Amino acid sequence: MKILMKGNEAIGEAAVLAGCRYFFGYPITPQTELLEYLSRRLPEAGGVFLQAESEIAAINMVYGAAGAGARVMTSSSGPGLSLKQEGISFLAAAELPCVIVNVMRGGPGLGGIQPSQADYFQATRGGGHGDYRLPVLAPACVQEMVDLTVRAFTLADQYRTPVMILADGLLGQMMEPVELPAAPVNELPAKPWATTGCKGRQKNIINTLYLNPEELEAVNQRLQEKFAAITKKEARAEEYLVENADIIVVAFGIVARIAKEAVKVAHAQGIRAGLVRPVTLWPFPEKILAAAAARAKAVLTVEMNAGQMIEDVRLAVGNERVHFYGRMGGMVPTSKAILEQIRKIGGIVRGKYAVRPA
Amino acid sequence: MANTLFVRPETLTPDPFHYCPGCGHGIIHRLVAEVIDELGVRETTIGVASVGCSVLAYKYFNFDMQQAAHGRAPAVATGIKRVLPDRVVFTYQGDGDLASIGLAEIVHAAARGEKITVIFVNNANYGMTGGQMAPTTLPGQKTTTSPAGRSVDQAGYPIRVSEMLATLDGPAYIARVSIHNPPQIFKAKKAIRKAFETQLRGTGFTLVEVLSSCPTNWGMKPAEAFSWLEKNMLPYFPLGEYKAASGVSQDD
Repeated sequence: MKILMKGNEAIGEAAVLAGCRYFFGYPITPQTELLEYLSRRLPEAGGVFLQAESEIAAINMVYGAAGAGARVMTSSSGPGLSLKQEGISFLAAAELPCVIVNVMRGGPGLGGIQPSQADYFQATRGGGHGDYRLPVLAPACVQEMVDLTVRAFTLADQYRTPVMILADGLLGQMMEPVELPAAPVNELPAKPWATTGCKGRQKNIINTLYLNPEELEAVNQRLQEKFAAITKKEARAEEYLVENADIIVVAFGIVARIAKEAVKVAHAQGIRAGLVRPVTLWPFPEKILAAAAARAKAVLTVEMNAGQMIEDVRLAVGNERVHFYGRMGGMVPTSKAILEQIRKIGGIVRGKYAVRPA
Repeated sequence: MANTLFVRPETLTPDPFHYCPGCGHGIIHRLVAEVIDELGVRETTIGVASVGCSVLAYKYFNFDMQQAAHGRAPAVATGIKRVLPDRVVFTYQGDGDLASIGLAEIVHAAARGEKITVIFVNNANYGMTGGQMAPTTLPGQKTTTSPAGRSVDQAGYPIRVSEMLATLDGPAYIARVSIHNPPQIFKAKKAIRKAFETQLRGTGFTLVEVLSSCPTNWGMKPAEAFSWLEKNMLPYFPLGEYKAASGVSQDD
């Protein structure tokens, strides 16, 4: 049965169904409904909702709870995510599973409260100090807010890593019918490494300090092996009309949904356009994109920022064919504007179909 | 057969302390370990080490430990305690960690009445980084970042953490003790025990501020350092119980 839910609330409900019983957060637009929803829902489910004194405290409460073996989540938006970065670095270093939600808003600075994708670099490059990455999942509709939240908890436990859901203000605020998972997760994976009291075993230590550089390099090597395994196995993308496409549009999140409409109309107008939508931003689905774009004459990256994912697109397909269209500051590109870009690159010129070089 | 007069508490690992000669951390670690042993809670205790000289406490305590980011130990302990409310959860923090970068976390953990214990070691300087001015550095005290002595015009005044937190309703037990001589060490242990017992009763937040010495960074011999503590720190940081909610036994 489908029910109508707001994006932010759908993440909250999905987390509960995924077995998350602990949430530590701080109010910031446009993610606050997630906080409000869980303040009501978690006590009902026998869990704990705690409004922290700051984003910094919230992420460190997540560290403690994750280290104690719980499924735990926090959420925020741009400025709050900046504050959480220290904690995220520690979580990645200590290999603590948790889910972090960023419902992006326009930046830099306090910016605005309208939807944006300007935190792509921060999310996909690690964000905090030190050599680390974390899986970043980008939903494009409210149903995916549900599905990817459940997936995020699974990935977090499987790889012992923080996982980020990178949404935006539009997805967070919109309402759509969703199908919730039929069976809630009741049994969580065993976590013999957790600090729960050392009764009947050696003591467990959750630590990120290694003063001996040889030891720290070995820790880094182990982390890099894990990141390589995630890169190899977990890249996901949605493809639409990519077969025989001359122009591949690459977009993620809500922008991909808008771009899909533009691609559909372009197709109807005789322009062979297709869409690749990365669902995982890290690992970036470079092989899927490279394969889809192998025969394409041009690649158009569309983002709600000044051009961030385009760097990953170029790494996947090379520099030559890549075009860019972006809006910033909370402005959302229309499908008409994206169609115009597609037509500019691959329209009918003097009665002949042509694709313009980048 | 000889009587055993001195034995390592089960709660301490055999790892030798890395602390400087005359440093108070060794004594305070031992007091915590003895109390945990006596209460019989070693296997249900989770400690949180903070950033500073005592970050390596996770090596020395023989129970589950988490190492927290600088200043964030009370938030980390909050996360642990909320997941495992029947365990004993405590933080071990220095003055730079707790009273400077981590002030928000300690104040709010106290205000929420988190049922944790905080061992707050105040030695009036940043030890691990080599003796810089801390929020507890005394007026006129020389450090590597107040080479002419702390100027209150320029750097303001030390923070009295115990007094400040005692104004809140969340704490159930707050005391300031010292370890500058054996009678004070016994009193310190008593306060630490009360704090942990209060946590076990679940009546609120508990904190013991322990005045300690840092001979290396103070540039003194260990005995001189304890004399300096007694003469200079006690007047600014008076000892005593600042909060002992009803139900806490007042046995001295």
